[in-house]
Amino acid sequence: MAPSPAGAAVLLVCLVTVALSAFGLRLSRRTSDFYVAGRAVSPQRNAAAIGGEYLSAASFLGVAGLIYDQGVDALWYPVGYTVGYLVLLVLVAAPLRRSGAYTLPDFAEARLESRSVRHLCSVLVVFIGWLYLLPQLQGAGFTLRLVSGAPLWLGPVLVVGVVVLSVAAGGMRSITLVQAVQYWIKLSALAIPAGVLLAVWWGTQGPGLEVTESWVLPGSGPQTGGHGLYRTLSLLLALALGTMGLPHVVVRYYTNPDGTAARATTVRVLVLLGLFYVVTVVYAVLGRAYLPTLGPGVRADTVVLRLPAEVLPGVGGEVLLAALTGGAFAAFLSTSSGLALAVTGVLNQDVVRPLLARAVPGDHSEVAGFRIAAVVAVLVPFAGVGVFPEVPLAAFVTLAFVIAASTFFPLLALGVWWPRLSVQGATAGLVTGAVLAIGAVAVTVLAGDRRGWADALLAQPAAWIVPLVGVVMVVVSLLTPQGIPRGAARTLVRLHTPEDLTA
Amino acid sequence: MSEGTPPHLEARVRVTSSRREAATARRRPMAAALVEQTGAGELYLRGLLRAQLRLALGVLAGLAVVLGGIPVLYAVLPAARSVQVAGVPVVWPVLAVLVYPVLVAVAAWYTRAATRIERRLSAVARER
Repeated sequence: MAPSPAGAAVLLVCLVTVALSAFGLRLSRRTSDFYVAGRAVSPQRNAAAIGGEYLSAASFLGVAGLIYDQGVDALWYPVGYTVGYLVLLVLVAAPLRRSGAYTLPDFAEARLESRSVRHLCSVLVVFIGWLYLLPQLQGAGFTLRLVSGAPLWLGPVLVVGVVVLSVAAGGMRSITLVQAVQYWIKLSALAIPAGVLLAVWWGTQGPGLEVTESWVLPGSGPQTGGHGLYRTLSLLLALALGTMGLPHVVVRYYTNPDGTAARATTVRVLVLLGLFYVVTVVYAVLGRAYLPTLGPGVRADTVVLRLPAEVLPGVGGEVLLAALTGGAFAAFLSTSSGLALAVTGVLNQDVVRPLLARAVPGDHSEVAGFRIAAVVAVLVPFAGVGVFPEVPLAAFVTLAFVIAASTFFPLLALGVWWPRLSVQGATAGLVTGAVLAIGAVAVTVLAGDRRGWADALLAQPAAWIVPLVGVVMVVVSLLTPQGIPRGAARTLVRLHTPEDLTA
Repeated sequence: MSEGTPPHLEARVRVTSSRREAATARRRPMAAALVEQTGAGELYLRGLLRAQLRLALGVLAGLAVVLGGIPVLYAVLPAARSVQVAGVPVVWPVLAVLVYPVLVAVAAWYTRAATRIERRLSAVARER
């Protein structure tokens, strides 16, 4: 790697991540430690870990890039990413924790007592996880190329390598610690340079904002391709409802000691996310002032990284760039390892362990299965990096939110609150949601820019798919009362009763 | 454990339980009625579920009206888009900054309300 400060920052973040995992390895001894951190994580640290895991490439680079590019309408992305946790809090946080489920498939099986629903959910978790991993790897590629001229594949290779090492070696305990640290690395790496850049801009009477009306005023952007109101509302719905269906989010709730702690954790998460997203706007606005235009083919996602050199040429700019690059890599690594861990958990329980049990009769190491699954979990999206077109990062992760909102949101919401949900109803809804959402996403990605209602409905499909899936689940459940799990009432009691009564 | 196993080997047990069953609740007799859904227990649960659901839906409805109302307002009343405060269109400080403390406040309020409902249930169950 080129001997630049930014390159050194990348190496440092990677080394610290691996070192923290190795430290965690000495602490995690039993298999249960690998999964759940022994359940001894305080709300404060758990919230930092959730924030650390959740703030991905899309948040660190993508949000500022999208606001830079589209203006005020893109402010809905960070708002939506945050509102998702409020919806999660009021609908599922405590019940999900009380269900004792570690992954979404666990919840589905515990609630519906059905192996087939479980397998369906497993497939969806792996799919959503892989889709969410792709933009992280893309981001690592173009970031490393920008700061050190490295080839585009080197960034993803680095991320995949570190993630496999830390996930396979440390398990959840170390990951929780690593993620909590990552949040503070990311916030400092974004906020401190933002303060410096703002001060320089202020002190040197830097360039003023020269922006179009459509950038400043809401709902008038040409980029929306028409039907802006529908697109905005549907996007907001996808982000708000999809968060609870993201595989790496749910796993975190198991590390809370009880339902009350799960709620306390979520409130703190909202604080941490708000702090972070307020800062991203600084980059978008300063970017408009210093970089009125980007060259052809330059990703708006790189605005955060290009700004220091424009504002503060020389050593100062290089130091800031190093901080930002380190923070960006912290974002790629933390989200990727969170996703990899979630996908690994599912692959291990539903694929690798059964296969291993068949191949090696009798005694086999459970930890070995976990490690094999970890490698598979990251290699598949790695192989897919080159295939996908370069979509803005914040828009790319939205695809995963859409699929999560169309499948897991109805399952969780009805599963937690409605005793009459039947196995057939859940299955029909999940299949409907998955087919429609994946279909819409595929058409949007493959067909590119078009206009009119058809495009608006396909590009932002959550507003019609989510209600439709809800109706399918309810109607089919009402038609198949024999498919209501026998223990449904008892499960619901457990989900909603405080632990001091049932435990 | 088979008989005749030396004690030092007996101590080594491979724990292979799946996490699925990890948190099955162990019940205290106290809350048996509640968990078994017999008689009064069923009534408590129905009340609890209804109270919690009403609270949750109330928060979500408020959220939908306030947040969803912003783009709807701008679409219905285009003049509102360019309302300015100190030279800045008001939508910027609202969506970029103010929305976050509001979300945190709502979350904190909800958490207190939900916990209060649960405490009330616990108190009733204990009295029995």
